[in-house]
Amino acid sequence: MATAKKIISDPLSDNNPITIQVLGICSALAVTVQMETAFVMACALTAVLTSSNVIISLLRNHIPSRIRMIVEVSVIASLVVIVDQVLRAYLFELSRQLSIFVGLIITNCIVMGRAEAFAIQNPPGKSFMDGLGNSLGYSVILLLVASGREILGSGTWYGLNVLPQNYLGNGLAVLAPGAFLILGVIIWVQRTVTNNFKDD
Amino acid sequence: MKFLLKRLHKNRHLYEPGGKLEALFPLYEAQETFLFTPPHQAKGAPHVRDGLDLKRAMMTVIFALIPPTLWGIYNAGLQYNVVNQIENASTMTHWIQGAMIVMPIILVSYIVGGIIEVAFCIIRKHEVNEGFLVTGLLFPLTLPPTIPLWQVAVGIAFGILIGKEIFGGTGFNVLNPALTARAFLFFAYPAQISGDAVWTVVKADNVIDGFTGATPLAVAAATPAGASVIDALNEAGFSWSTMFGGAIGGSIAETSVIPILLGAALLIAMGIGAWRIMAGGVIGLTIAASLMNLLPADNFSPFTQLPFYYHMVMGSFLFGIVYMATDPVSAAATNTGKWIYGILIGVLAIIIRVGNPAFPEGVMLAILFMNVMAPMIDHYVVQGHVRKRRADIEARRLSYAKG
Repeated sequence: MATAKKIISDPLSDNNPITIQVLGICSALAVTVQMETAFVMACALTAVLTSSNVIISLLRNHIPSRIRMIVEVSVIASLVVIVDQVLRAYLFELSRQLSIFVGLIITNCIVMGRAEAFAIQNPPGKSFMDGLGNSLGYSVILLLVASGREILGSGTWYGLNVLPQNYLGNGLAVLAPGAFLILGVIIWVQRTVTNNFKDD
Repeated sequence: MKFLLKRLHKNRHLYEPGGKLEALFPLYEAQETFLFTPPHQAKGAPHVRDGLDLKRAMMTVIFALIPPTLWGIYNAGLQYNVVNQIENASTMTHWIQGAMIVMPIILVSYIVGGIIEVAFCIIRKHEVNEGFLVTGLLFPLTLPPTIPLWQVAVGIAFGILIGKEIFGGTGFNVLNPALTARAFLFFAYPAQISGDAVWTVVKADNVIDGFTGATPLAVAAATPAGASVIDALNEAGFSWSTMFGGAIGGSIAETSVIPILLGAALLIAMGIGAWRIMAGGVIGLTIAASLMNLLPADNFSPFTQLPFYYHMVMGSFLFGIVYMATDPVSAAATNTGKWIYGILIGVLAIIIRVGNPAFPEGVMLAILFMNVMAPMIDHYVVQGHVRKRRADIEARRLSYAKG
């Protein structure tokens, strides 16, 4: 099962959806001011992406290729609505903070991209692992960016004080450009360490 | 001087490949080229008769920065002594007090920035160059004298790292590193740098009640509807001549016009600073401010009615256009491009200043924005030349074919 391992590990670094493919940037900027929202967002995306991959993979032999995108979008949209309703039912405060960004998972390029690139032509088991791997790759980056922004911006991490009380919060980290900067630094470090990039 | 060079050369073998301190070669190289002419010169013909290298260009900028720096030191001391009501303050005490306020800011900028610069030179194996000396001085001069020193350190670290080294060092940076550093502080710690209160160091044990005088820009932006901005400025003690002279609170080197004009004259005379950019900036500002004057006064804020010659001496416009906008790396490089670049900086600075109440000063953002646009301006200017030449050649070919 060397391929299974590769399917999961590949999106973590070498083919990371955010830092290498630069997809899903919108939510990586919008929900990463605090760890809590980023974590919930990562969970929501994991739920949507893995189940959409499995469902589309199960349906793959029955979907006429000319309307496959419409089918994919309806599957993803239904899943997003379910996740949104669950969040509203059980985590109302957080769901208000995340506002439209849970709903916007429908337009997240990662979900649609994996459905088109992988689930539509692979069996459900593999598609599940592909969905899981990509979700993890997304989640890792999201949590890293959120850690950086919350620590620099407010001196806390997941709501806990990690820096001295008199730490003066860095206003730039709280603004969206701060997420770009931290994301850029993460990409810089990743490419330097793995030495895996095309210089063109 | 010979003696110094001999001493340097005596240790050269230690730093050369194979030597004990090989990794520190950039440091050795910096000592030698900062102090003496670089050793690698052409021996045979053809010669460049007047070698204008990066070193001379950057040192000229340093010389041009001396008048505003000295004024900044003097003024910081003057403002301190006035606000803290020090009695019998003489010119000498202004100087000493000012040096005690300003020198630590400049030193922190140089030391922290220098450590990062040298570290990158060693890792990347390129040379330390004089460009850093300019960045390390320009940055503190744009800060208010009240800035906490740790913020100076964080700011210059960000500017050198993200503004310059991440792109590959001097010559590759898209943005002016000194302004990048300032913009970082502006957005990260707006309370200390936003510019709506006069920046004068107040003694800790002598906090004057209600000392919250505003800068001219803040006064102008806060003028109530229907009133005249000029009257409001005069009332707050900022007549045109006061702002021209610059004995007022503000960022260290931006307040007075005279030393900046001296620096500009030196930059233009030596051919280092692009006069097209400076002239373009002044023209752009004049046009934008004059057009704003035409707006109906009843429907817009009174700030729009301020004449251009007031805009010219207020805030950091002149300092920005003379020292920041002319940075040869981040500015436009073609002659036509320089005009466009300069004019747009002037126009944008006024639009941001007057139009956006969140930013009392627009010069920094205008220059950074145009830094990003500069390569595009150059691209279209060059494309225009190419198209014109091609059309000329085509026309000539046709006339030959006919003849």
